[in-house]
Amino acid sequence: MSVTLDIRLKRANKVYLEGPIQLISSNIEVAKAGKIPGGKTEIPFEFPLHTKGNKVLYETYHGVFVNIQYTLRCDMKRSLLAKDLSRSCEFIVHCQPQKSKVIPTPVNFTITPDTLQSREKNSLPKFLIRGHLDATNCVISLPLTGEVVVENSDVPIKSIELQLVRVETCGCAEGYARDATEIQNIQIAEGDVCHSLAIPIYMIFPRLFTCPTLETTNFKVEFEVNVVVVLHDDHLITESFPLKLCRL
Amino acid sequence: SSVMPWRSHGRNYDTELQRCRLEAALVDFGDYHPLKPIMVTDTKTRRGTRKGSTSSSSSSSSSAPPDPLSSMLDGTDPLSMFAAASDLGRRKREKEEEAVGPDFEPWSLKRGEILARFTTTEKLSIVRKATSQGSAVSEKVRTRLEELDDLEEGSQRELLNLSQQDYANRIEELNQSLKEAWSSDQKVKALKIVIQCSKLLSDNSVIQFYPSKFVLITDILDTFGRLVYDRIWTMCSDPRPLPDNFTVEDVNDTAKETCLNWFYKIASIRELLPRLYVEAAILKCNRFLNKSGIQETLPRLSAMVRGIGDPLVAAYARAYLCRVGMEVAPHLKDSLNRNFFDLLGTFRQISSENVRAQLVLQRVEMPEYLTLYSPAISWILQCIAYRAPEGHNLIMRAFRPEFVAARATDFIGMIKDCDEAGFPKHLLFGSLGRSLASADPPESERLTILNEAWKVITKVRSPQDYINCAEIWVEFTCRHFTKREVNTILADIIKHMTPDRAFEDAYPQLQSVIRKILTYFHDFSVLFSMERFLPFLDMFQKDSVRVEVCKSIMEVFIKHQVELTRDPVILNAMLHICKTMHDSVNALTLEDEKRSLALLIIGFIRMVSFGRDFEQQLSFCVEARATFCNLEPVLVQLIHTVNQLAMETRRVMRGNHSRKTAAFVRACAAYSFITIPSLSSIFSRLSLYLLSGQVALANQCLSQADAFLKAAVSILPEVPRSISVEGKLRSSESFLVDFINSFLATLLVIPDHPEHGVLYLVRGLLNMVQDYTWEDNSDAKVRVYISALPLLAAMSQETYLYSIPKVDSNDTLYGGDPKFLSEINKLCETLIGQILDHLKTLGRDESTRRQGALAFSLFGVLLAHGDLRNNKLSQLAVNLWNLSHKHGCCETRTSVRTLEFIKHQTQQPDMTHLSDMVQRLTLQSRT
Repeated sequence: MSVTLDIRLKRANKVYLEGPIQLISSNIEVAKAGKIPGGKTEIPFEFPLHTKGNKVLYETYHGVFVNIQYTLRCDMKRSLLAKDLSRSCEFIVHCQPQKSKVIPTPVNFTITPDTLQSREKNSLPKFLIRGHLDATNCVISLPLTGEVVVENSDVPIKSIELQLVRVETCGCAEGYARDATEIQNIQIAEGDVCHSLAIPIYMIFPRLFTCPTLETTNFKVEFEVNVVVVLHDDHLITESFPLKLCRL
Repeated sequence: SSVMPWRSHGRNYDTELQRCRLEAALVDFGDYHPLKPIMVTDTKTRRGTRKGSTSSSSSSSSSAPPDPLSSMLDGTDPLSMFAAASDLGRRKREKEEEAVGPDFEPWSLKRGEILARFTTTEKLSIVRKATSQGSAVSEKVRTRLEELDDLEEGSQRELLNLSQQDYANRIEELNQSLKEAWSSDQKVKALKIVIQCSKLLSDNSVIQFYPSKFVLITDILDTFGRLVYDRIWTMCSDPRPLPDNFTVEDVNDTAKETCLNWFYKIASIRELLPRLYVEAAILKCNRFLNKSGIQETLPRLSAMVRGIGDPLVAAYARAYLCRVGMEVAPHLKDSLNRNFFDLLGTFRQISSENVRAQLVLQRVEMPEYLTLYSPAISWILQCIAYRAPEGHNLIMRAFRPEFVAARATDFIGMIKDCDEAGFPKHLLFGSLGRSLASADPPESERLTILNEAWKVITKVRSPQDYINCAEIWVEFTCRHFTKREVNTILADIIKHMTPDRAFEDAYPQLQSVIRKILTYFHDFSVLFSMERFLPFLDMFQKDSVRVEVCKSIMEVFIKHQVELTRDPVILNAMLHICKTMHDSVNALTLEDEKRSLALLIIGFIRMVSFGRDFEQQLSFCVEARATFCNLEPVLVQLIHTVNQLAMETRRVMRGNHSRKTAAFVRACAAYSFITIPSLSSIFSRLSLYLLSGQVALANQCLSQADAFLKAAVSILPEVPRSISVEGKLRSSESFLVDFINSFLATLLVIPDHPEHGVLYLVRGLLNMVQDYTWEDNSDAKVRVYISALPLLAAMSQETYLYSIPKVDSNDTLYGGDPKFLSEINKLCETLIGQILDHLKTLGRDESTRRQGALAFSLFGVLLAHGDLRNNKLSQLAVNLWNLSHKHGCCETRTSVRTLEFIKHQTQQPDMTHLSDMVQRLTLQSRT
């Protein structure tokens, strides 16, 4: 019985600094050599996950550049004449919840044409949008919350959306490769909402596509949320907030 | 063949009657009698207690044997026990599901109202909205994100130009496919369907229909919510079902995980409205996850509604939240209140540029637009007001009719102070009127309320707005005031609706006014003494509507007018109404419609009575005949009425007409005589001629009776061979034969006319029978001949079996004159000759069965009416017996009983001659 971690290449055209990095590998014998009686035999097993040397076990994660995957393989060696049997399956690793308390870090924001970096800010209609996120240090199992208020806007609002973006960064020969992927986009306002009325920001982190923010020597997995306001003339106004996700 | 001589058997009807009577036996009360125990003396209608209800009368009760049926119905039979048990189960389930009490008007009642009220003739579409162009979604991941949002290809086609019914059907199809997807374990597909449906709620392109659309789509959401809840509930019901008041601890991990999964899936729905609605739909599932789930979710969802820009869409989303909230946790008032205050807070959105533009585009006026909100708002208020502590919040109770009724005067004051620009006053008065229609304000204030309200209503300029409001207030007026006030209001309505023929666009409302008045005024003399009632009816100028209104009045009249009437006010008005109905009949009117109109008019005619003033009654019938000449059933009724009138006159005069009453009954006869020919149905004519002839005879109008019967005979040849009975063509033969038989029975008492020959009516009839084109291969003619024989035999008696008081029949006229008798006998002989000829023909045609049957009939007649002491007749009888038995077609039982009867007869003193004959009658063995 062996446990291997392999990181496979999803895209061959990318040049990676290193091949799959093995974080852990351990073998245990679950049954001694001998005859297994006919019928169904169940062999219970358990083993601790010990890392190789000073490596850290990361949470299971499937991304674009980065895949962290744990598999179990069971081999059954048989006598010369019979083929060996083998089965493998993935198992999910979640980190131990961090003991330390997450200190919420609320953030207020105000968006006007002047706060935007966009080149066309002079051509934008007038608007004033205020709001806050209750925390950018987020617990992955709890929703991202906050409020957004359209104080005024010359052009009617078409939609307000929350865009959750994951940023993977890999160290590579030329420096690093960075890829931002939208993993969730939900609409929190549709149509010309009432002005000066606080609209809730509320987003649950999707289970399959998020993991605690990860920073290793070789790669980084980070998240950010964009508050996107679409005006009726299809102008997009985006305000971006980096998030730090952790498991509690 | 030689002529068969006929002699009638002399009868003594009195002795025969005595002989036929059973011997009377006295029965004491205490005696056993098989019929006694089931005499019902006291009936209770309650189910399940029938045992006690069939109590036997007096002393026989103790001896009554137990009724095996009643013990079955003791209320403890297995079926009713089973029903009771399942009833209990259902009640228990209901209790669990509905925490609100019966005093809460359930959604199920509202939804029908809404569907009926918010309709459209505009074309509707089910269109998948192109996923927010220009939204922040990046193209490369759009596919994955939309996975949840969309149904698979094929079902995504746009459905344009749907009628309202098509739309509802399409939604119902989606509901069905939801259930199918669920039962075939395609949970994701089910979710997609629900998401698609909720998306439709963000489309308000046909805004008048939005409330109904909301009803249709939330039905689907309800279904979905139930399915998910039940599924998870079943997952935890192993080994035993969850108790009603289960806690999170009772829920196993798999069930929790499944439940959580649903919430995660829903949380990732991209668009706001579906995410909100679908999560609300499964709100109840929070019970599986944690104690405070519902309590935390409701406020969050309520806050989420703030993101909906369109105020109408938002209002209905709030109504839905309140609805699911009330179902699951009626005690959570805070989020209900929050919804209401948010609603108030965002109400200014209604006047936003967007909404205005939309209304212009859809050509909807602001007042109409505002009424679209009323179901949502009234629902939210109802939820908030439910069991709210007194004085907790005035607004909460504001919309309950009782509350409004008690403070109607204040409301009127408030409405009067209102700014007309915001919301038209007539709509406010309309709402107020609607409340007052179902709850009564204090008596002392009622008149003031009506006056104040009407002051405003009468000033409404637009006829449509005016009638919409006035129609509502008619109910209040009818309920509390007299005809005077109602009349005033009718006058006002006429004044408003007549210019420019405004009534043409208001028929439904005007009809509703009539309906309401009819609900409260059942006394038609009061109703018709309202001066403006008939002028009001004149506003219904479209024929179909006018007839419908008349019919509704007539229906109420027939239902509620108990006493016969001669009130000229009622009669004039009713004649007017009935005439309107009658005049609507034309060549294109359907038979059914004619029948129903005729029935209503007949209903009226039957209620008219001038008491002893018979002449007045007759002249009413004359007038009615002229008025309703196109509806045959009415004419038939009129003839019956007049005949009844003649008989009533006879009753009053005790059979002795004075000169005046004699003239009157002749006038009645004349009425019938000239009315009958105008009927097209031949059998109506025949039977009315006969009936009227009988009535004339009973009133000693001999020549009139003669004329009726002659007329009947003279139209006999017109009877067609087939007639339409209930739309199917049937042979008329049996009807004709029946008629002739009853005609024959009447002929016995008709005295011969001095100027005509002996038996001229009988001869006339038989001649017609002979000349009539009967069906080929039919024995009908001969059967008529056979049945004429008993009549002729009865006519030969010294004293007839029956007679009409004060009318001398032929028995008295001829006094048994031999010439008269020989005329009868000759006639009989001719008939018998004809019958025998026919029997021979049948023999040749091998129609032995028919031959046997006819021969047996004739045998029966000979036996009963012929004088069998005559050898030839007795020989004929024996021959007929043998002929009928020759082919073994006779029923042995009948033959045996006939023989027994004859043997019994032989014991009578004057019947001994029969014993010879009976010897010669043999039974055919069936070998």
